[in-house]
Amino acid sequence: MQNTWLFIGIFIAIAGVFPLLPIVIARFLAPHKPNPIKLETYECGMETVGDTWVQFKVQYYIYALVFLVFDIEIAFLFPWAVAFDALPFFAVLEGVIFILILAGGLLYAWKKGALEWS
Amino acid sequence: MSFFQDPVSAISALISNFLYTLLPQAWAHLIMTLLGVVVVASFGLIIVIFLIWVERKIAARFQDRVGPNRAGPYGLLQTFADMVKLLTKEDVIPEKADRLAFNIAPILSVVAVLLIWAVIPFAPGWIGTDLNVGVLYIAAVGSFGILSILMAGWSSNNKYALLGAFRAVAQLISYEVPMLITLMVPVLLARGMGMMDMVRDQAVWFIVLAPVSAIIFLVSSIAEIGRTPFDLLEAESEIVAGYHTEYTGMKFGLFFAAEFLHAFTIGVLFAILFLGGWRGPGAEEFPLLGVIYLMLKASVGYFIVMWVRSTLPRIRIDQMLALNWKFLTPLSLALLILTAIVEKTFEGNAWRVPALLIGNVIVLIVSYYIMRAASRRTSKERVTFKKRPVAKPA
Amino acid sequence: MTAQQGVFLFISFVILFSAYTMVTRSNLVHAALFLVVTLFGVAVIFVLLDAGFLAVVQVLVYIGAIAILMIFAVMLTQDNAAKQQESMNLNYGWALLLSALFAFALIVMLGQWPDIGGLAPALDPRRDTIAELGSALVSPDGYVIPFEVASVLLLAALIGALVVARPQKKDK
Repeated sequence: MQNTWLFIGIFIAIAGVFPLLPIVIARFLAPHKPNPIKLETYECGMETVGDTWVQFKVQYYIYALVFLVFDIEIAFLFPWAVAFDALPFFAVLEGVIFILILAGGLLYAWKKGALEWS
Repeated sequence: MSFFQDPVSAISALISNFLYTLLPQAWAHLIMTLLGVVVVASFGLIIVIFLIWVERKIAARFQDRVGPNRAGPYGLLQTFADMVKLLTKEDVIPEKADRLAFNIAPILSVVAVLLIWAVIPFAPGWIGTDLNVGVLYIAAVGSFGILSILMAGWSSNNKYALLGAFRAVAQLISYEVPMLITLMVPVLLARGMGMMDMVRDQAVWFIVLAPVSAIIFLVSSIAEIGRTPFDLLEAESEIVAGYHTEYTGMKFGLFFAAEFLHAFTIGVLFAILFLGGWRGPGAEEFPLLGVIYLMLKASVGYFIVMWVRSTLPRIRIDQMLALNWKFLTPLSLALLILTAIVEKTFEGNAWRVPALLIGNVIVLIVSYYIMRAASRRTSKERVTFKKRPVAKPA
Repeated sequence: MTAQQGVFLFISFVILFSAYTMVTRSNLVHAALFLVVTLFGVAVIFVLLDAGFLAVVQVLVYIGAIAILMIFAVMLTQDNAAKQQESMNLNYGWALLLSALFAFALIVMLGQWPDIGGLAPALDPRRDTIAELGSALVSPDGYVIPFEVASVLLLAALIGALVVARPQKKDK
């Protein structure tokens, strides 16, 4: 099995080098004349006002949380799907129960208004 | 096995014989793997160049204009011209930007998309590496792309870039849920996660067995790559250019290339998972035909993506997330349960195919009625035009 | 020194280095990014142990969800003034002593294991480990009870997190 993953390892190395080539070429070909105006942050052509921080919106965090729970659920379900042939029928029902419990969680989140982008 | 019947295997056999006589076995194996990697990665990158041209031409035709036709015959060299232009643009890094993350983000973005190509089965026997967890690997690699967006938005030290990055990541992780669930349906139908097995098991194309799941996969993939109608991430009128506001020159070019490559990769994945991959008449004997079939099917998927892009308007972020969590996720869960139960009941039975098809249609109809009932409950009253007398000058 | 051992040594070095950097960085976002490197290193170790499925799940869940959650939390609750934080706890002397003792105990214990210098035995390539895992997860004399309890646990985690994080309705 490790030979198959060796390909991936080398692929990561090579794929990391490929995008570097244009950047390196650009380093030689592109002009490099920084001046203070160019280096300022872009805010539709105006001066920036205030620090660079974003108002904490808990909604982002909630979406990430729900995604995390479903991600783990799906990670559990993949072996169940692969072993499908060897499973008796009630094992399929066990998987369905698993899905339904978490669908109940989604329903709870929905009813409590956690999925609204307010 | 003549040369023309299977050129890749013939060439690789030649090279490996040559190497194995020259070097000790481990090194020869390493160099063979290296060559394979370079071939697959270059294929992906070269396709991008052609793809940008195709995209611009087709988008132009949808808009009743011609598209680039000056640089080279039919505008074929337009992408090269753009690349040269981007190479010569100055690379401006904002002064308070986080240099390490700022530089790594575009590279990570391209790497994340290129890594998918390592497990794509081009033809029987032509695959980078046949991981036994190919499908899940593709989902995992997508998370690197998400990380690169966060890095790009944060390191730019720009309020709007950061805001754009957060919204982009919220969209991407939300749409990953129905994508993963519908990704499980082909895995269920093929009883395995390996990409080669997925194609081999498609005697009946999976789009016939799970049409609604295929559509949900396509929709969530379009959202994953940030295309219209889910264009919010780069809507120029809204948030400047989103998370890559502060990127100039070739780094922007890399984000750009990564997006196009991702769009085509989605087409290829759709073709492999639902349209039967390289399967077609004669693909077993002539692997080159398999590649052609795959590219044709992938082009169909890519054309659909471009078609949707040119046709539909952009939707708001709250509409988009509501669509995902309140419609796509429950629907895909219902389809997964349906597919599992029907697959087990009709195992080995010839009635499997019609049963799955009918089951999908039933789920679709039921969900339509549910949605209609829900929309009736929450609809606001229609505002009609009240007649008013025309103002007359006194 | 086989290639496998070489890769293991290299990746262990990467993991330890990035874990150390992660806890000593004062810029929290950099720390989160080094966390990602550490988690990726752990995924590579899973691959070395012939557990490809676990490696992919590690990347998918840890890097794709948990690390992003942490980065959200870090980025959303920071402002410029607090960007540089105190990175070392004042009690680090005691912590250093305890971890040195722990490491010493581990080394002594592992040194008494006869197979410490050997390679992991190769897995029979005909075994479909993922299918076996799937069967074990849902078979009654396997892990079906933990499987279902895990779903209840996830449900409880979801509900608990939503109760804590839900935007409070403002009283008008």
